[in-house]
Amino acid sequence: MHPTEIAHLLKLEWQLDRRQKHAWGSMALYVVSTIYVCYQGVRHLFDVPIWNALFWIILLFAAFNALGRSFHRENAGRQLYLYTLASPRSVVLARTIYNGITMGVLSLLSLGAYALFIGSSPMSDARLDIFLLVVVVGGIGFALVLTLISALAARAGNGVGLMAILGFPIVLPMLLSVMKASKLALDGMGWDVAGKYVVWLLLIDLITVVLAWLLFPYLWRD
Amino acid sequence: MKGWWWKLLSVVLLLYVVIVGLGTPLGPALVHVSIDRIAPGPNSMEATGYNTHFATNAPEVWLENDGQRVCAMEVKVLSDVQFAAEFNVPEGFRTNLTSLWAWDAQDGQVVLREAFFTQGLGTGIGQDDCVVSDAARTSFAFPNRSILNETIRNLFFHVPMWFTMMVLMTIAFWQSLRVLRTGDLDADRMALSAVDVSLLFAALGLVTGSIWARATWGDWWTSDPKLNGAAVTVLIYAAYLILRGSVPDPHKRARLAAIYNIFAYVLMMVFIMVLPRLTDSLHPGSGGNPAFNQYDLDSTLRAVFYPAVLGWILLGIWAYTLHQRTARLRSIHDEANDR
Repeated sequence: MHPTEIAHLLKLEWQLDRRQKHAWGSMALYVVSTIYVCYQGVRHLFDVPIWNALFWIILLFAAFNALGRSFHRENAGRQLYLYTLASPRSVVLARTIYNGITMGVLSLLSLGAYALFIGSSPMSDARLDIFLLVVVVGGIGFALVLTLISALAARAGNGVGLMAILGFPIVLPMLLSVMKASKLALDGMGWDVAGKYVVWLLLIDLITVVLAWLLFPYLWRD
Repeated sequence: MKGWWWKLLSVVLLLYVVIVGLGTPLGPALVHVSIDRIAPGPNSMEATGYNTHFATNAPEVWLENDGQRVCAMEVKVLSDVQFAAEFNVPEGFRTNLTSLWAWDAQDGQVVLREAFFTQGLGTGIGQDDCVVSDAARTSFAFPNRSILNETIRNLFFHVPMWFTMMVLMTIAFWQSLRVLRTGDLDADRMALSAVDVSLLFAALGLVTGSIWARATWGDWWTSDPKLNGAAVTVLIYAAYLILRGSVPDPHKRARLAAIYNIFAYVLMMVFIMVLPRLTDSLHPGSGGNPAFNQYDLDSTLRAVFYPAVLGWILLGIWAYTLHQRTARLRSIHDEANDR
């Protein structure tokens, strides 16, 4: 495992995604259409807890959709090729980092679209710095947890359905804490109140990465 | 005795838990009083106790708060659990005379706190304290707490179920580590057996907890960090079983299931340990107090609770070994049939 190897793999991911632009488009379109469907249902939301909960539910499903393809897109031949070239830990770290960045960006984009359609009045009293941090850290956290789950589901050969079953209970603790933290930030609470949730989220993110790093080599060999 | 003494121990402990845990009476308490306001002048009330012995031991009765007392002028015992009392509260007595106390030689002091609103009382110090008895209760009994009442015995069943589940999940976690180290299919079968039995204990924990919640909080399920933790745990292990079902090849199944089990176990433990400390909760052992403290658990409860924990855990391990052995026999049988 070398930093240069990870950098190369990151570049590979980036080039693959650039070649298949529809992948990015499909992620963005998924989020926007989900938000638009919600908008048709609820119009503008002024109630802070519901606004907050709906946003995180949308983001959670977006994460499942975006990461479901993370290990599905390559065929067996390319996987074998990758296997001979790189160490599995580099592969999982690179893919985790890449997915983390993707979800970080996607969560900010979703927030923009969400605020546009569903309304931004709940954000008027918020501590925006904490709220944005929570949104990004939460989005990245979903990506980190779901990367290994996505690999597991792909290996089990049972697609996105299995991924949802395996992923929901594991992501639920993170979802609960992230909703709580962002609710506090929306209520205008400062670091002294919301800070411990942010620390806790970062802690889960760290544990998840360490676990993925430890377990992935066993998953990869066949 | 060699090799099976712990099974005997678990049976003996659980018999002790059932007999002593259900047979020991609840301590005496005052549970109801007929009026809810105290005003200067004469006040008369009827009070109801639970497991008290007023008929055989004449009670002393007084009102008290912050060391200020007004003793009853006259007490008339109606039965073992009922008396009528007359008070003459002096004008200008300090406010918040809120609790009703009684003492008798067998039950010691019993109290009904927050029983009264006070009306028209002054702020001054009233008459001298009257002298009351404080000799303690002599009988062995469980503490009688308001709201919990008789359901306090559920402590010996509900809580050990979760402890047992945790122990079995830790066994499953350990066996999953073995699967990844050695690729041993026996270890995989043991992990599966441990998960199966732990889910049984989780179900029992949910049922006992739900009944307890209904009796004390008034609802079968409340949103609460501890309960969310329990729900997440059950969902995770149900997903574990589904993952196993979807992979036909036994070696691959063993490895994938082990990876998921390790991943889920660590995250679940972190969640269960940390989150209840971050949020407020109705559940004991939460909202800043991570464990039982002295107030929750007195020595009479401990005398049954600790044996109950050990007994249930041993029973769980016993069930796990049985389950695991039948699974092995079944797999040997299947292999013989395949040949």
